[in-house]
Amino acid sequence: MSGPRTVKIEALTRVEGEGGLYVQLDGNHVEDVKLSIYEPPRVFEAFLRGRPLEDVPDITARICGICPIAYQMSCVHALEAALGVTMSPEIRLLRRLLYCGEWIESHALHMHLLHAPDFFGVDSGIELADQFPDEVTRGLRLKKHGNELLEVLGGRAIHPINVAVGGFYKAPEKDDLLRLLPDFDWGLEAAIATTRWVATFDFPDFTRDYDTVALQHPDEYAMNEGRVASTRGAVVAVEDYEQHYEEFHVEHSTALHSRRTPDHASYHVGPLARLNLNREQLAPAARRLADEVDIDWPCRNPFQSIIARGLELVHAYEEAISIIRQYKPLSPSRTPYDARTSSGCAATEAPRGLLYHRYQIDDAGKITFAKIAPPTSQNQQQIEADLHAWLPSILNGDDDHTAMQCERLVRCYDPCISCATHFLKLTVDRGESA
Amino acid sequence: MSTPSQPATSNVRPRLAVFKFASCDGCQLSLLDCEDELLDIAGAVDIAFFLEATSRIEPGPYDVALVEGSITTPHDVERIQEARRQSKYLITIGACATAGGVQSLKNWADHEEFLRCVYARPEFISTLATSTPIADHVPVDFELRGCPINRHQLIEVIGALVHGHQPRTPRHSVCLDCKRLATVCVEVAQGIPCLGPVTHAGCGAICPTYDRGCYGCFGPSAQPNCDSLANHYVATGCPQELLVPLLRNFNAAAPEFQAASNRLASAVDTEDQP
Repeated sequence: MSGPRTVKIEALTRVEGEGGLYVQLDGNHVEDVKLSIYEPPRVFEAFLRGRPLEDVPDITARICGICPIAYQMSCVHALEAALGVTMSPEIRLLRRLLYCGEWIESHALHMHLLHAPDFFGVDSGIELADQFPDEVTRGLRLKKHGNELLEVLGGRAIHPINVAVGGFYKAPEKDDLLRLLPDFDWGLEAAIATTRWVATFDFPDFTRDYDTVALQHPDEYAMNEGRVASTRGAVVAVEDYEQHYEEFHVEHSTALHSRRTPDHASYHVGPLARLNLNREQLAPAARRLADEVDIDWPCRNPFQSIIARGLELVHAYEEAISIIRQYKPLSPSRTPYDARTSSGCAATEAPRGLLYHRYQIDDAGKITFAKIAPPTSQNQQQIEADLHAWLPSILNGDDDHTAMQCERLVRCYDPCISCATHFLKLTVDRGESA
Repeated sequence: MSTPSQPATSNVRPRLAVFKFASCDGCQLSLLDCEDELLDIAGAVDIAFFLEATSRIEPGPYDVALVEGSITTPHDVERIQEARRQSKYLITIGACATAGGVQSLKNWADHEEFLRCVYARPEFISTLATSTPIADHVPVDFELRGCPINRHQLIEVIGALVHGHQPRTPRHSVCLDCKRLATVCVEVAQGIPCLGPVTHAGCGAICPTYDRGCYGCFGPSAQPNCDSLANHYVATGCPQELLVPLLRNFNAAAPEFQAASNRLASAVDTEDQP
């Protein structure tokens, strides 16, 4: 095809939140790619100011219904850093267990209902169930396990109510956790089978020279703490995150993106980044499976992120089982603290990648400043760069085909536009995007 | 609500659409969280428009629309009108759609200052000064409460529409649920301010069960006496500056909570009114 043309996806589907995609072509030359976000902004950082710091875990959870634990974990750790609270080993472990619940729920959801349909040319996980009833039903059961763990530890699966600055409002009863074990023992085997299944999918031949960025911890597969590692750059303390990764404003897309400093390069966060950096620290069954699946690590094919999610699903089951077995009820369930004028930051690994929070508080315990950098915002520039590189190989069909292939690539990132849009710019040119 | 006078289905499955406005996606996720029922639901209704779940996009009209999120942009003011035109029964799901959501906190603030706080180029942002519930813009047939909604109530509502009966979602207060669960009252036993006496049931009274006060995520119950409860807490020593944020969170713009928080706030700052 020759001459200028535009490929538009009005509404991305099987992603969280609402956005579109705009591609400008001249013949087979890619002129412009933009991920347009028309999700309305909700200005969380603005209305957090003046709130009691105890409200922050409940409020920031509402940034995302799919990964509320990630917001609760990043904010409580940031606030505790400000307050000088030291976490007890027991609270630390229980928070890790809680995060396992969210990883299981979120990864099982994305793998089965959002991503897998792409490999079989069907529109949804529900349609996929016609071809693969056992696999989809198994996936739903895995997803349910994650939610059940969140319900025991957090009170409910969406916007859990039990996370407090300093710990938990109430420690779970050992018996309530032990009751989950038979399902989780089954789930570990099922997650291994699921990962083997997705590893057989037909993956497009597309590799990228990513700089992958994730937390790294000397003793464990990093979830709630660590230093910010990169396959290309230095390993830096979370306190220095804003010196190495900056947000910037792109005129054409009117969206804040993130990039490395000082070279302004894009980077990739999420399960692939974590596995590329921390694969050796996976729990035993997940570690063995990482060698078994047909991937030359480090993995640079975004379409294989579904395998990465599978490996983390297995890991989360192994961790959860281990923590439940060793759990001893906490007393007290919370570490006390005194409010003081201070600031603190923290990063944790949301299912979709690194999530950074920074807060300032006053001596009355009220928030005076909040900054939140979600993973989808950080991946935005990388998604657009990937599309630039992928487009020349998918222009051999009609525009619908091209659009569908672009959407497939965006979906590999499990983008959460609701998360990103607590600060992303609305697209100015609505004629093109909405 | 005006229930269907006859079952919405005879042989034809009702066509379901899910629309999203300003929200976190959590309430529509509740449908996908019905892991045991999802494939049956997909058999009982025709999921014709549900961007989060399927790439199949069918044009309206729809028999049932589930609407998540509040109205915060000029574009969405138009989009909800179109959603209403296309939908026979329109059901709001969750606190954003039903009461304006946590983003309605901006209703009390200087909107321009809020935008400047978050955005480097606020002139690019096309949003309204307020976050408003769906019912402020179009007629709503049924409202499902909660931040997030209770998925069992969602199944009840979908089932009721398929079978043509009135959905049964209780309107009593969270307080009554604590009594039924024999949960020790956190207010009486520990002096923790709790919105349970004025909050709509539906969550299962989870917060008091986890040793904390209810923060009102299902919004006001039927005929709540918020002022009386607030007076009680003030009289027993709870500072007003803690009660105002307690009433102003996920259902801050629900009329009963809004009136009570304004009355409390006016004692502190007479200009703090939306």
